Amino acid sequence: MTEDEARQLILETLKSKSKSKSKFYLKDFYAIVPDMKNREVKNLVNKMVMEGHLEYWSSGSTTLIGLKGMGKQHAEED
Amino acid sequence: MGKHKTPMLDELEKGPWPSFVSDIKQQVENGKHVLKEAPDDLLGVMELSYEDRVTHWKHGGIVGVFGYGGGIIGRYCDQPTNFPGVAHFHTVRVNQPSSKYYTTKFLGDLLDLWEKHGSGLTNMHGSTGDIVFLGTTTDHLEPLFFEMTHELNQDLGGSGSNLRTPECCLGKSRCQYACYDTQEVCHQLTNEYQDELHRPAFPYKFKFKFDGCPNGCVASIARSDMSVIGTWRDDIRIDQKAVAAYVNGEIKPNAGAHSGRDWGKFDIQKEVIALCPTNCMCYDGKTLEINNRECTRCMHCLNVMPQALRVGVDQGASVLFGAKAPILEGAQMSTLTVPFIPMEPPYDELKDLIEKVWDWWMEEGKNRERLGELIQRKSFQEFLRVLELDPDPRMVDEPRSNPYIFWKEEEVEGGWTRDIEAYRAKHQR
Ligand code: HEM
Ligand code: HEM
Ligand code: SF4
Ligand code: SF4
Repeated sequence: MTEDEARQLILETLKSKSKSKSKFYLKDFYAIVPDMKNREVKNLVNKMVMEGHLEYWSSGSTTLIGLKGMGKQHAEED
Repeated sequence: MGKHKTPMLDELEKGPWPSFVSDIKQQVENGKHVLKEAPDDLLGVMELSYEDRVTHWKHGGIVGVFGYGGGIIGRYCDQPTNFPGVAHFHTVRVNQPSSKYYTTKFLGDLLDLWEKHGSGLTNMHGSTGDIVFLGTTTDHLEPLFFEMTHELNQDLGGSGSNLRTPECCLGKSRCQYACYDTQEVCHQLTNEYQDELHRPAFPYKFKFKFDGCPNGCVASIARSDMSVIGTWRDDIRIDQKAVAAYVNGEIKPNAGAHSGRDWGKFDIQKEVIALCPTNCMCYDGKTLEINNRECTRCMHCLNVMPQALRVGVDQGASVLFGAKAPILEGAQMSTLTVPFIPMEPPYDELKDLIEKVWDWWMEEGKNRERLGELIQRKSFQEFLRVLELDPDPRMVDEPRSNPYIFWKEEEVEGGWTRDIEAYRAKHQR
């Protein structure tokens, strides 16, 4: 799988789940592209954050990742 | 006077200790912070929490700065209308310099920057050692980060599922007990693992801390997933003349500490020999002897007579893994894993060990599972196998609760499915 295909697959998978879930653990991304090495997935996820496709959400102790703009913030957060 | 009445918080100013309430009020009165209402509304929302007995902070959020997935913790207030000054009140973790040495100029510059971009309130220092900036809004984050990194040459620390800001004791900068250069290794590893520090990729947090000796001034054994504690392999160096000077009262024991009352004449038998936990010392009135094979490096004798006793010269560190606070399982301290590792730059052996541990934890660890919990779940034996280390009696704390000899099937003649008939022919029931 090329990096672009992985990128596409990640975005599609997250979009299809977006009704029920907006934040994911890094491990969930490993499962989306199982034939990529974990480290490569990690680097790709970080790249997608830099590009503005994904964003980090942090509780302070744990980090989750979601589609940019999907995780609700402050006033809208329920 | 602030704009909110805070009778309960005011009570906290009455005790004998300095009060954070007074500090915040001082900032309300005299601060030059850009977020004018923040300290005042912080007092207001705290008073409300004391009344309601619930927090009014929401948990977490999407904040960060360009390229980083940690270092900033989003905090939002659930009473933004009553307390607009703290509607957004994000925390910034600033990576403290090794052993927290800085010039007053640097500190002044840092605080000026913070008043320019936040509430001016700080926590010096947070539990992991960071300089903590308390309270700013999302729009201030990028300019703050840019100026901090470009003008003050100062980086953010870790938060979230990251390597957390590494921390070290004073080490060789001031302390004769230091068995390795804690500041150097802390600095080197901070640089080496920038990616792990800023880009969350772990199942949960990971901390390393560096104590130069078993006195443990940064309490690495209790507060870090990887505790590096200085030690020595040869003998404690003894200056017999100085021992005699302690015995004769010419040198004050404990470097003059505990001098608040008169403890009477120094008694080496009672205060040193009898308190050695492994009973490995003796003093016949002339010569102090130590059976170094039995010494557990508890540091007691060295702390009492620092001018007479010095740590050995064959120095390095012990590495322990798995301390954590009680979240899933109870609190636990780190477990001795590598009895001795050399600690010379470029620290290749240590880095090799760290990377093996991370690979295993990133592969096997569940979401939000600390390394110590993974070791508990998978067993210490499995951990040793992953690290390619042989079990060693020094790793065993209590033989009956953490025995370490388990056979694998391939090590047993015939495996688990040997011919029971052939066995019974020789051994009756
Ligand atoms: C090479 C031979 C043997 C090995 C390697 C071996 C090993 C062990 C080990 C590792 C333990 C657990 C110790 C602990 O958890 O504190 C143990 C316990 C014990 N073994 Fe053996 N053993 C051997 C032979 C024997 C024999 C021949 C007998 C009896 C005739 C025996 C009787 C016991 C007993 C009574 C216990 C104590 C169980 C308890 O108190 O919970 N062992 N052995
Ligand atoms: C040279 C021979 C022996 C030596 C050096 C020896 C040594 C020991 C030691 C040090 C313990 C204490 C272990 C502990 O506290 O955890 C022990 C316990 C024990 N020994 Fe021996 N032993 C010997 C022979 C035997 C023999 C021949 C038997 C039985 C036929 C035996 C049966 C036991 C049992 C049942 C215990 C366990 C007691 C308990 O768990 O409370 N030992 N032995
Ligand atoms: S941990 Fe040991 S070496 Fe480090 S400052 Fe404390 S006493 Fe000194
Ligand atoms: S360091 Fe502790 S165990 Fe070692 S000789 Fe001194 S008192 Fe005994």
